[in-house]
Amino acid sequence: MSLADLLKLAIDSILRARMRSSMLLLAMGIGVAAVIVLTGLGEAARRYVAGEFQVLGTRLIIVIPGRSETTGIQPGLFSGETPRDLTLGDAQSLRAIPDVERVAPLIIGAAPISARGREREVPVLGTTADYIGIQTTEVTEGQFLPPGEIDVDRAICVIGSNVRHELFGDGPAVGESLRIGERRFRVVGVLANQGRSIGFDTQELVIVPVSAAQALFNSGSLFRVLVQTRSRDSMLRIRDRVIAVIKARHQGEEDVTVITQDALLATFDRIFTALTLTLAGIASISLGVAGILVMNVMLVAVSQRTAEIGLLKAIGATRRQVLSIFLAEALLLSMAGAVVGIAVGQAASWFVRKLYPALPLAAPLWAYVLAVTTALVSGIVFGMLPARRAARLDPVEALSGRK
Amino acid sequence: MIRLDKVCRLFQVGDQEVRALDDVSMVIENGDYLSIMGPSGSGKSTLLNVIGLLDRPTSGTYTLDDRETTALNDDELAHTRARRIGFIFQSFHLVSRMTAFENVELPLVLAGVAPAERKPRVKKLLDDLSLTDRGHHRPDQLSGGQRQRVAIARAMVMQPTVLLADEPTGNLDHASGAEVLAAIEQLNARGITLIVVTHDNEVGDRARRHIRMRDGKVVDDFASKRTP
Repeated sequence: MSLADLLKLAIDSILRARMRSSMLLLAMGIGVAAVIVLTGLGEAARRYVAGEFQVLGTRLIIVIPGRSETTGIQPGLFSGETPRDLTLGDAQSLRAIPDVERVAPLIIGAAPISARGREREVPVLGTTADYIGIQTTEVTEGQFLPPGEIDVDRAICVIGSNVRHELFGDGPAVGESLRIGERRFRVVGVLANQGRSIGFDTQELVIVPVSAAQALFNSGSLFRVLVQTRSRDSMLRIRDRVIAVIKARHQGEEDVTVITQDALLATFDRIFTALTLTLAGIASISLGVAGILVMNVMLVAVSQRTAEIGLLKAIGATRRQVLSIFLAEALLLSMAGAVVGIAVGQAASWFVRKLYPALPLAAPLWAYVLAVTTALVSGIVFGMLPARRAARLDPVEALSGRK
Repeated sequence: MIRLDKVCRLFQVGDQEVRALDDVSMVIENGDYLSIMGPSGSGKSTLLNVIGLLDRPTSGTYTLDDRETTALNDDELAHTRARRIGFIFQSFHLVSRMTAFENVELPLVLAGVAPAERKPRVKKLLDDLSLTDRGHHRPDQLSGGQRQRVAIARAMVMQPTVLLADEPTGNLDHASGAEVLAAIEQLNARGITLIVVTHDNEVGDRARRHIRMRDGKVVDDFASKRTP
């Protein structure tokens, strides 16, 4: 029997037994689509939670000047030394540590600001371009502080949305100038309405380059340095490196406190693990359901055709030919079923995305691979098993339909 | 030529052993026309299945055209079945989703005959059996007599030497049955060995040689008294 004849037999059989084929396509389609949609849901939930945690800055290491001891006296007091200031130089040296993505030095203070005759007192934050990447705050108008040399003092500022409204009303803000203390600054950007940095409400904030803040508050010392790592895994290693680098720059004195959100990280890990397990559970249940659906339809479909198998043998088909006919059918049907399932799954995902844009429903690639593999394997195995049994049957018994 | 030598076929039914064929020996010459008759359970269908290579004897030997068949493996049996033996059944056993043409073509497809060669062979057989304009019909669009003639065409398409018919008129009315018998007798007249299993005396009497069975044994074996 030629391959072309085999395929023609299989395709004819699929196309003409419409009821059987459509039931099988339905079972496969539902199975595959269920896997795709359910894992997509699970993955979306996982990503949503992961995103929320990212907001909390889980990749963040905070460097605070001064060694805080919970017991005893500060060593500086005892030896008559005060802890060294954290300087811009310290912050810049942290950049050289591998896997550090961003370093934002912070200086904070309060200063009177005025524009167009209106004046008020606001918190002023001195930092660098890296700050916007560390926090979740977005810039709605203009831009954030431009990246560049951090010790260059430029008279530009980014203002919070409340500050913008109070000083400029509905008129344009970007390009306007305002006075902070005794100095004029040009507004280059406005922060978004929402977003919270650790401790500050960004709506009330004015952000200036760190050097400008140093001049403004007449102080070289930093309030904090925020260090963001490239990945969560490298945090502990980088934390130790940060301490080592600062210690080397401070004549061997470990006079900074480095905070990582260890407790937060542990919680995050637990939730993350639970979510991953849930996802695996959802996927395996839907895969199991898909497999059983396919199995049932295949078993019924092939069992109904025992007489046909007997006839094929009576007119001279070998066992191998009978099996290859059923294998070709099962293979073609399973592939069609997988395609239908993917299409239905995609359509359902698209629909959910339209309804709930906040939930980015997209199944991971492994879900597609697993779903399609399960459909193909169960389709072929459960298409072949009864066919194998029937092919081994005596043609007499198969023809009489006794078994 | 068909030669059975001390053929037995045992079936295990529960803890009982049933002798469906009990020490059957016979020789059937090429081109003969046999009827096998007997009550239900007499072993006549089992005999037909053994001759048709659908069933293997438990003991004894079966030689078909000088070839010992009991030693053949499944694939060799299938191959022999395809080329030497044609079957027709009481319930036709046509593949319901295929057209008459495709049903007749099926043995050629399985045997790997090229499509170009298949068409004329199928067409000629359908013409011979007055089914010329029925080629594109499905079995459920055909009458019983037409279905059995499609089955005959399918049995003949590989040009076998033996045609085995198991109650070929059992599901047919008298007129259709007569048509079918006429068709297979015409094939016999052209030289094919025809073996008909039936319990209908009217059908059985038409053969040239009559075999009667009871309890797995051949109890009677005689040539027709009337000359055809």
